[in-house]
Amino acid sequence: MANALRPAFVLVVLLTLLTGLVAPLAMTGLAGLAFPFEARGSLIEDHGRIIGSALIGQNFTGAGYFHPRPSATTEPDPKDASKTVPVPYAADNSNASNLAPTAKALIDRVKGDLASAGPAPVPADAVTTSASGLDPDISPENARRQIARVASARHWPEDRVAALVAAYTEAPFLGLIGEARVNVLALNRALDRMRAP
Amino acid sequence: MTISGWAEILLVLALIVFAAWPVGIHIARIAAGERSFLHPVLAPIERGFYALAGVDPRRGMDWRGYAVALILLNALHFLMLYAMLRLQFYLPLNPDHLAGMSPRLAFNTAMSFVTNTNWQAYGGETTLSPGSQMWGLTSHMFVSAATGIAAALAIARAFAAGGMKTLGNFWADLTRIVLYLLLPIAILAGIALVALGVPQTLATHADATTLEGMKQTIAMGPVAFMEAIKELGTNGGGYFNANSAHPFENPNAWSSILETVLVFLIPIALTFTFGRIVKDARQGYALLAVIGVFVLAAIAVAYHAEAAGNPLLTALGVDPAQGNMEGKELRFGIPLSVLFNVITTATSCGAVNAMLDSYMPLGGMTSMFLIQLGEIVPGGVGSGLYGLLIFALIAVFVAGLMVGRTPEYLGKKIQAKEVKLAMLAVLILPLAILGFTALSLVMPAATASLGNAGPHGLSEMLYAFTSATGNNGSAFAGLSADTAWLDTTLGIAMLLGRFAFLIPVLAIAGALAEKVKVPPSSGTFPTHGPLFVGLLCGVIVIMGGLQFMPALSLGPLAEQFTLLAGKTF
Repeated sequence: MANALRPAFVLVVLLTLLTGLVAPLAMTGLAGLAFPFEARGSLIEDHGRIIGSALIGQNFTGAGYFHPRPSATTEPDPKDASKTVPVPYAADNSNASNLAPTAKALIDRVKGDLASAGPAPVPADAVTTSASGLDPDISPENARRQIARVASARHWPEDRVAALVAAYTEAPFLGLIGEARVNVLALNRALDRMRAP
Repeated sequence: MTISGWAEILLVLALIVFAAWPVGIHIARIAAGERSFLHPVLAPIERGFYALAGVDPRRGMDWRGYAVALILLNALHFLMLYAMLRLQFYLPLNPDHLAGMSPRLAFNTAMSFVTNTNWQAYGGETTLSPGSQMWGLTSHMFVSAATGIAAALAIARAFAAGGMKTLGNFWADLTRIVLYLLLPIAILAGIALVALGVPQTLATHADATTLEGMKQTIAMGPVAFMEAIKELGTNGGGYFNANSAHPFENPNAWSSILETVLVFLIPIALTFTFGRIVKDARQGYALLAVIGVFVLAAIAVAYHAEAAGNPLLTALGVDPAQGNMEGKELRFGIPLSVLFNVITTATSCGAVNAMLDSYMPLGGMTSMFLIQLGEIVPGGVGSGLYGLLIFALIAVFVAGLMVGRTPEYLGKKIQAKEVKLAMLAVLILPLAILGFTALSLVMPAATASLGNAGPHGLSEMLYAFTSATGNNGSAFAGLSADTAWLDTTLGIAMLLGRFAFLIPVLAIAGALAEKVKVPPSSGTFPTHGPLFVGLLCGVIVIMGGLQFMPALSLGPLAEQFTLLAGKTF
């Protein structure tokens, strides 16, 4: 036992230094050089101001924007730190609803969201929260159902918005890998950059 | 379920077996101390480690020596992590000045990472500094994984030859696995993940102003390297609270596939390694076949359950075409979500890219059942292989009882001592899982933690102790786990699941190593054919699975029936 003490102690220290300090720091340096955009969080800047990350969803409520999926993220209540308040797309506190498929709270929440979701059948992603609460994408069907609202709020013809949705729809690779999706931030940013007709 | 969904799943599984084969051969060479293509670069580091530690890598250890070395190193590592978590406030690389963890949470977290469980009763981005994530957690991901693989090598060697006094040198096994296996793959995978969009930076966050003019604080950090070893070492502890569902841990379908491959890579590779070490590749293929049966069955059940959607929501007017999307990310859809979660619960990884608490009852039960089988199909890195071998010993014992002959496995006679030790090991699981769950369900202090009511509440508690004892680390995360009772009891369950299982395994390895190797005769039961594969599957279901049937009936099965009756809680 005693003669195992030195190797145990020395190896714990050496392996911690190697795998917990040298390797991650070297990786950080290397990643920053080889992939500076990705390594720093895929941040998008407009006129020198960070407007978000290409990978992280953000909340949109205005009628002139496409809306993301519902989000279950929260932040501490400013009035009482022991409680939390719903803050959708809080990207410093990823979280899911963790509601069971049989939870009354889930059924009631979906019922409430369905009221403003248009005619049935409603695409599931429009009324369900994601696992991270930061899902950047919606389904093409979900986006198509929002075209009329966005076009009318911007006083644009619908086919102009529809063309933009089609352009920002990513198909699965070879029809096999991944899902069809529309990045909400990229689409809304394209809307803002487009001049009114 | 769709054809393209199945094609996507089967493609990934084929890719895993394809990638695991050369890795398995590489591990066998490392285990034998042979030179590999990495030696010109890394051998000086290896020699330096031995010189500083005063280790002679050629000196073999008997099973007691091996066990003492293994436990001592892990105990010291546990104490170091506990201290780091408590003292986080005073340590460097903590730009947000995060406070240290409470004693009970630090105990739970340190136990979680030393046992390769990576149960997380805290939210990563809100609780831990980049420093703690790096030298605290990431280093544990390497060492706990290497510990499991070392123990698996020790028991594999016990079958290799007859009349051996030693099982190998733990210090050398550990050092070589980290240097020649885990570190190179983690670095390559880490770079690939950065290229796919996973951040690797010392900044803790970026402040953005959204298009609608709101403030958004975007948490980040040195994620990619931790992500790589988290999957490769079947650890599972995420940088962020949402784990591999977070877009920064898993930005797209490609990263999800890469992470899935990494999780299965070493557990599958070790079946090839085992065949190599015992000098009969077919023995490894038989184990791989058993793993394949369970994994494919689990994917079929979970995929079917999730793809059909939630009938309660369909009745309200939700289109079931996308499947059950509550707690799932759109970019993965149902196939990649189900595949990921089956793979990480079939191994002891426990990373998730979708939230199991919101899975359909039978989808969530699949993951729970895979852990309850004993984390052996294929289980964690190393721990899965030695667990599966324990069940193989019980299977040949059962076969021996049927025909009235002394059972043998790979030419080693399996006698009363080995069978008793094997039973001692496998009985830890039901004892810790069912015992602690039953106790917690009658304690108001524990049931207050439940996030859901009805049978699903029982599932949450059962899942927590299943996950902790199986050293998995995934959760039905609606459970508020950071309480005095759960931090403590889950910590103890993790300790029992890892080390109370491992010590009998090493004792069996020691006993078997000494025995002579009997050449096969006409009366030998072949352990590489379909008959043995079927027998082993049966023993795993009966021994590992059936004892949990009553508990599963009260949880997920009851929930399924109430769901069909349209009842909510």
